[in-house]
Amino acid sequence: MISCDEATAICDKNQYGEASNWDKLKLNFHLLLCKHCATYSKQNNAITKMLGKYLDTCDGSKHLTLEEKKELEKKLNEKIN
Amino acid sequence: MSNSTKHTLDPNKWIDLYADYLFNYTVTRVDNSDLAKDLVQETFLSGIKGKDNFRGQASERTWLVSILKRKIIDHYRKINSVKGKKEVRMSFFSDGDRKGSWLEEAVPQTWGNEAEKNIENTELKSALNKCIENLPEKYRMVFLLKTVQNFETEAICNELDITSSNLWVIIHRARVQLRKCMEENWFKN
Repeated sequence: MISCDEATAICDKNQYGEASNWDKLKLNFHLLLCKHCATYSKQNNAITKMLGKYLDTCDGSKHLTLEEKKELEKKLNEKIN
Repeated sequence: MSNSTKHTLDPNKWIDLYADYLFNYTVTRVDNSDLAKDLVQETFLSGIKGKDNFRGQASERTWLVSILKRKIIDHYRKINSVKGKKEVRMSFFSDGDRKGSWLEEAVPQTWGNEAEKNIENTELKSALNKCIENLPEKYRMVFLLKTVQNFETEAICNELDITSSNLWVIIHRARVQLRKCMEENWFKN
């Protein structure tokens, strides 16, 4: 029976799809018996979902101003010449 | 031979077409607007210098993004060697060595239904951003590299000269802290 420390670590690895089948087996067994880790696991999944949306967002909320773009163009021309 | 499926480069249009996209991509990953601008600039510069290497199989934007990704990982590698390889010893399970089970004050609380709704909410995004920024720099660095799509464990380990065990310990600690921060700043309100 693995510790909570080990279980939560496997849970994290699993978020990236890199937990082995054996790891997952040990984790699932632990989750049946430990409600703290079961809570952690559920929340970890929620966080992964949030991060996915957060990082995939090119919602245009962050963009360069016209001035910044002109400055960028200037710098590029300077460095090429 | 038909060239109709081959992409071509047109650097004169890059700023208008791609500067915002690349900036947006970078700034969610490096948390620093000025740094993001520098990286975007360097990407365009590398693209111009290396345009003879473009084979035309990927689209222009995809090609520029791949250059940008290398710039981001180069940046992290530089920070890593400047700060040295001091291990930040933090444990969220106890003050010293890992004891294996939850400490009373660290036990996760129930979040209720908030976890599922409003993932689009900009306040949620800003809470997440703040919690990521609160991570210790080395943890944040590895966490962002790994959680960014397409940065393989092996690639990160090679670039930063760490083992995969090191990486997973860091990711684990980062996520434990992130979870706790989100619990305190978002889900408890």
